[in-house]
Amino acid sequence: MLAGMQLLLWKAQHSLAVDPRVKPEDDAGGRGRCPAGQRGVSGEFIKTGIALLLLAISLLIMPVTASHAADDIRAMVNALGEGNFSENRKQIEELAKTGDLKLVPMLEAMSKGDLYQRKTDKQVFIAKPAGSSFKLIDPLTGAGAGEEAQGGLEKIKVNNSLRRAVRDAVGGLTLMSPDDAVRLQAARTILASPSEDSLELVDKALATEKSAAVKPVLEQARAASLLLSSRPVEQKKEAVATIRAIGGQESLGLLSSVLGNADASLKPDIEAAIASIEQDRQLWGVAQNVWYGLSLGSVLLLAAIGLAITFGVMGIINMAHGEMVMLGAYTTFVVQEIIRSSFPALFDWSLAIALPLAFLVTGVVGLAIERGVIRFLYGRPLETLLATWGVSLILQQAVRTIFGPTNREVGNPAWMSGAFELGGLTITWNRLWIVFFALAVFAALLFLLKKTPLGLQMRAVTQNRRMAASMGIRTPWVDALTFALGSGIAGIAGVALSQIDNVSPNLGQGYIIDSFMVVVFGGVGNLWGTLVGAFTLGILNKFLEPYAGAVLGKILVLVLIILFIQKRPRGLFALKGRAVEA
Amino acid sequence: MITSFLIKSFDRTVIVAVAILLALAALIPALNLLTGPDHPLHVPTYLVSLFGKYLTYALLALALDLVWGFCGILSLGHAAFFALGGYAMGMYLMRQIGARGSYGNPVLPDFMVFLNWKELPWFWHGFDMFWFAALMVVLVPGLLAFVFGWFAFRSRVNGVYLSIITQAMTYALLLAFFRNDMGFGGNNGLTDFKDILGFNIQADGTRAALFAASALALAAALVLTSGIVRSKYGKILAGVRDAESRTRFLGYRVEHFKLFAFTVSAMMAGIAGALYVPQVGIINPGEFEPGNSIEVVIWTAVGGRGTLIGPILGAILVNGGKSIFTAAFPEFWLFALGGLFVAVTLFLPKGIAGTAQAMLARRKEYRKAADTDAAREGATAPNPVAAE
Repeated sequence: MLAGMQLLLWKAQHSLAVDPRVKPEDDAGGRGRCPAGQRGVSGEFIKTGIALLLLAISLLIMPVTASHAADDIRAMVNALGEGNFSENRKQIEELAKTGDLKLVPMLEAMSKGDLYQRKTDKQVFIAKPAGSSFKLIDPLTGAGAGEEAQGGLEKIKVNNSLRRAVRDAVGGLTLMSPDDAVRLQAARTILASPSEDSLELVDKALATEKSAAVKPVLEQARAASLLLSSRPVEQKKEAVATIRAIGGQESLGLLSSVLGNADASLKPDIEAAIASIEQDRQLWGVAQNVWYGLSLGSVLLLAAIGLAITFGVMGIINMAHGEMVMLGAYTTFVVQEIIRSSFPALFDWSLAIALPLAFLVTGVVGLAIERGVIRFLYGRPLETLLATWGVSLILQQAVRTIFGPTNREVGNPAWMSGAFELGGLTITWNRLWIVFFALAVFAALLFLLKKTPLGLQMRAVTQNRRMAASMGIRTPWVDALTFALGSGIAGIAGVALSQIDNVSPNLGQGYIIDSFMVVVFGGVGNLWGTLVGAFTLGILNKFLEPYAGAVLGKILVLVLIILFIQKRPRGLFALKGRAVEA
Repeated sequence: MITSFLIKSFDRTVIVAVAILLALAALIPALNLLTGPDHPLHVPTYLVSLFGKYLTYALLALALDLVWGFCGILSLGHAAFFALGGYAMGMYLMRQIGARGSYGNPVLPDFMVFLNWKELPWFWHGFDMFWFAALMVVLVPGLLAFVFGWFAFRSRVNGVYLSIITQAMTYALLLAFFRNDMGFGGNNGLTDFKDILGFNIQADGTRAALFAASALALAAALVLTSGIVRSKYGKILAGVRDAESRTRFLGYRVEHFKLFAFTVSAMMAGIAGALYVPQVGIINPGEFEPGNSIEVVIWTAVGGRGTLIGPILGAILVNGGKSIFTAAFPEFWLFALGGLFVAVTLFLPKGIAGTAQAMLARRKEYRKAADTDAAREGATAPNPVAAE
């Protein structure tokens, strides 16, 4: 069991860390996986995520017990300590025949040169340097087995042919494993780093493979290995077709690497395959841009949606809006700190706990701002702008004084970490959740405004204050509650943005201009306008970026908005009627 | 016509303010240059530069007041014009360095050599001549304001919308100037200046002369602004501020009046920037920061918008306060500034000068009323019903 887990963990790391082609792909075209300006998910992160996933799989499936008695195998392993290279090779082949998966970590350690023999009792261990001495690990169980000074150990030496034997043995063990998941992973590893040597193994495995999930991957692995081998051209042509069907950056790399040495009759095939993969990739590139755009759009939507209420519905220019977002993010930070120190088990729930708290905190701050400052300034928008700017400076400095000027660490819960592949797209979970979350907040707000008494009163007060007051609505309270609602939503946005942005006192400043642009572009006083505006600007931004670069793209968007406002001074979805001029 | 313009522009406050500025322009340099360091009245050079900086800020605030206080356009992008003027001057100063830069290239400024550029970009040509740079100091901000204003005012973008898009404008410029390939030194901006018009920029004499130039420029701008707002044209500007639609219905082309004020104001801001740069010795994209523009607004609001000396007072007071505050309690400056924003808008909407003016006017009215009351009392018997 434990060995199986180790194997899986190791595989996950190996296939990602060792294969040199995986990393550069991320940065193809000068763009990382994540939109610029946002905290990217590092390779480390993805690795850990996959490792965790595999761990979960390995917990679900019980590794099959060995056919040989454990003692037998241990004796065979200990025998590795004796003997020369050629004897070792035979021993490894013997070991491979046992089909025992527990051997895999030991074999891997051996090919890396981490296998040692203890001189005192001729036992064989995996040893890792720990300070001046070595930490011993039992080769079969993976359990710790004490420490040993360097002098008490003798390294089991390997040469290239031995290494190959070890690799074949590992491949054989894993490819022949009765466990589907292990075979799949082994096939993927070969696909990621194909070589002529693995071809025979794959052929053998294919002959007996029955699982519908594993077989295609094995076939792809075979095709990739075949291309590098010296098999006849006809077979290679089929292999090219198979590789073409996989698509993606790795296939492209593989095809271009064999193109140079390929047979003349094979070249057109490979070139055609490369061209068609390129075309696919362009299509996926467009899809990726749309996704990045949606992701950025959802962030803009979250930041702007509170503003759509305070600015759009009430007409208050709240320059402290960004600081409300910042306060929401800091609330998340405080909640996580408390959870970390007192209730670590609740960590995955931290965001769910932070959401209502952030809403409350920023809502109360918003209420205080409205009652303390803004209510004296109704009807004087420019003064409101200045006063709320002042409030924003105070809030920023207050947070800086309390929490310090540096970025604070807000963790991602497990369900928001990692990424998954969808065709040629890499979609990170936190981005996906934020898109959903933004839409959910939007829907909730729309419901509140259109279907609840409070929403009705809000709309009434905005449309005709005096008439609403005559109907018995307490307009000052509605003003205060509306403003508190807008601020509270900004706080909720802060919880979400804390997952993808740096939590620092300046967090809000980065969003304030963008948020205003979204609201103004979409049309003041119209929630749907804000939705359309946010996603339009998000996608526009991401489509301009590859051509113009991130900064120039942003400048272009600003210029376009300024020009757009010339054409439609009231935004995309302008309110019509008397309320407009009021 | 010009004389009548000038005559109209002088009223008592303006005369006093100009006189004070002229006196300062002579006095401070004299106290700096003619007295020894031990003299009790000696003004150290760093203070001369500091005061000179305040005067350029005051000029910027006055420029903003022309559009905000007298025409009702709240521009949140005035620091952009200031910075553009500053960059124009900075480019001249960079070209003056010549072969004395660390790379010793006679034509290319250091940062271009560093970026491996082979020749001067086209927009850097001509900046080796002072007259050309001086022209650009006025023309570039003026042109930007003209184009921007032409679009904005023609499509009747006004109120907070205009404020927000002016903010977007300065933000876009901020991002643009941060780019290295723009050819303005990127992040670091332009600095390491050596001399201006052949004089060493670090020398006491040059510093004093720059101070005097700032004071003179401010005095000239004051006369110009005063002339504008007191002319017939200025009356229409006030009309635009107070009732835009009504002014339009009376047959005035509102957008032309706004555009003129906006462009003149941007040019004044450009001059302020050009005087600022040699005194502080650096210009970088940080000057485009939207927060800077809003700070200018608060100077004007503190001093009193819609008055001529208000913005000058405000700029000097707030910046003086900032210098003292940031030295004594650096933590609390933002609290103080933020509090100032809130307090001024809530309790002092007319600013210091505006409140003082209103108080004076009230007293005058009171006195006048008292006079007429006294006169009436003498003439007719008191009416008990009217007295109630």
